[in-house]
Formats: sequence, C-alpha cells, structure tokens
Amino acid sequence: MKNAPWITAGPARPGWLSGLSRALPIVLGYLPIGVAFGILAQKAGISPANTLLMSVLVYAGSSQLIAVGLLEAGVSGLSVILTTLVVNLRHLLMSAALSPYLRKWRKVELAAFAFELTDETFAVHSTRFAYAGANKAETFATNAVLQTVWVLATWLGIVIGQLIVHTQPLALDYALPAMFIALLVLQIKDRTQVGVAIFAGLLAVVLLRAGIERWNVILATVVGATLGLWVTQWTNKSSS
Amino acid sequence: MDQQVVFVTILGMALVTYVPRLIPVWFLSSRNLPAPMLAWLRNVPVAVLAAMLFPSILVHEGHVNLGFSNLFFWAAIPTLLVAWKTRGLFAPVAVGMLAVAGARALLAG
Repeated sequence: MKNAPWITAGPARPGWLSGLSRALPIVLGYLPIGVAFGILAQKAGISPANTLLMSVLVYAGSSQLIAVGLLEAGVSGLSVILTTLVVNLRHLLMSAALSPYLRKWRKVELAAFAFELTDETFAVHSTRFAYAGANKAETFATNAVLQTVWVLATWLGIVIGQLIVHTQPLALDYALPAMFIALLVLQIKDRTQVGVAIFAGLLAVVLLRAGIERWNVILATVVGATLGLWVTQWTNKSSS
Repeated sequence: MDQQVVFVTILGMALVTYVPRLIPVWFLSSRNLPAPMLAWLRNVPVAVLAAMLFPSILVHEGHVNLGFSNLFFWAAIPTLLVAWKTRGLFAPVAVGMLAVAGARALLAG
C-alpha cells in the first residue's frame, strides 16, 4: 500500500529538520482543535491561565474538551479526574505499542517522550518508526513543535472566544473526527486490519449504546486487536 | 467557577494522564516481547483509532443515526475519499470541516 512521502522519506536531512517537516500535517489538524478547546473553555468560565495550564500539563485534546464540558456542568473535580483517567487510559496501549522501537533510549528520554504521547503523535510515530526506526532528534523535534502549536492554538482560541459568540458554523467540532479518518487510512496495512478497524469501531458503538460510556474505546481496542491477531495466526497456519 | 478548584483538578488530570503514558514505555522498552504480543500491539493503532472514530460519526444525539440529520456521518464520505487519495492529514481535515460547515450553512439558510 502506497504511503505519503512525509511518512516514508528517509533521513536525508538532519533529524530535527525532518522532525519539523513531519509535524506540519498534524499542526494543521491541531490548530482547529486547540482553538476550539480555547474557545469552549473561555465560554465555560475557565480562566485563561488555567486553560493554558491544561494544554501544557494534560495535553490530551479529547479529554480536555470533555473536562471543559463537565466543569461547566458543575461536576466535582474528583469526577473530572476519574473521567480523565478512564478516557486517557487508551494511551497505555499506545505506549505499549511503541515500546519495542525504543529499546536503546535512556529512562529520562522515555519520560520526556511519554509526556507528549497523544493520539496524533502516536499515529505519526507508530507509522514512522515502523518504516525508519525511532530517530531521537526527529521524534523530539516533532513532539516539541506539536505541543508548542497545541498551546499556541489554545491561546488563540481564548482570544477568539472573547470576540465571537457563535462557533458552530465553523465546524471546529469536526476537526477531530476528520483527523481520525485520515490517520486510520494511513495506519491500515492489510485487509485483516480493515476488518480490525470496522469490528473495533462498531463494537465501540455497540458498547456505548449499551451504556458503557467511558470504557468502550479501551474494551473495543483490546477485543479488536485480539481478533486481528487470531485471524492473522489462523491464516498463517492454513497457508503454511 | 472557582479557579483554585479548577487548578487542582488540572493537576490531578495531568497525573492520571501521564502515568498510563509512561508505564508501558518505561517497563517494556528494555524487554524482549514475545512475537504474538508484538503482532497484537501492531493491531492496536488501527483498533484504537476506529474505536474513537466510529461513535463520533455514527451516534448522533444519543442514537445510531445514518440519516441526513447526522452531518458527521455524511461528511465522513468525502473525508475518507480525500484521505485515501492524498494520504495526508490537512486535505481530508479541511474537506471534512468544509463539508460540515457548508451543510450547516445550507440548513440554516
């Protein structure tokens, strides 16, 4: 399957420069989401300082948007924290999936890398590492640029939030789903994985409708990935 | 809103978000994982992205809805086509947002 040059191109340039260029497509996906977060936090009554702090310390788009909604609805801080834990627990799986590529990294480098592990950096790194291994300079350049952009986009959202009243016509709320579609297309490597995607996606919907609201993503991921493994092992056995 | 409560909540959110990001790379990266485990982990990206995506485009106002009132579902079609053709991120995100914004403008107009 053909992939975009920004994923497959070799390290002809210095690592950090290559890392910058790899960050660019996500920058364009981050901007609307970060801006949307800034606007919504502003409207919910969260101070600009706290809004920026959340983007610096938490740095997990969907959970930040969920937290804003909960805080606005007057939910207790502890409930917000527990919800965040469950919503972001999927990073456990992402971190595990990247760990085989990071064998030679020092602990302090792993600690810094893990802090900036998001859905988007994961999608780019997992695709990139599979092609070219984990280049430290490149990886950290990508991560640093992206978190900087995330914080700047948040700030921009705070400013915009003070100016305009209605944000729905801008379709900012579609940036995240559209980005997941694009990342999914880049990730799928064979027909088994098309099946894994459809199965895990539909299972997440079924679980959600069954009332399992916070755990549906994690459960669907574990079951979907396991099913894909069985299919691969079964096809390998029957063909050998 | 009490900004001190928000501040403490943010610190708690940061902690519970960082620990799950850290633990697997911290403990697994120095180990040899068995082949089936590696094969399983290779399926995780696809599964987790789909599990996050499908509910957001299939469920509308609390119900599975494939009708025209669910703009997110119909906007997914041009988004998917552009993603498939360009294999990038910016073009599909721009097309998807334009599709939703355009449809909202038409419906409101």
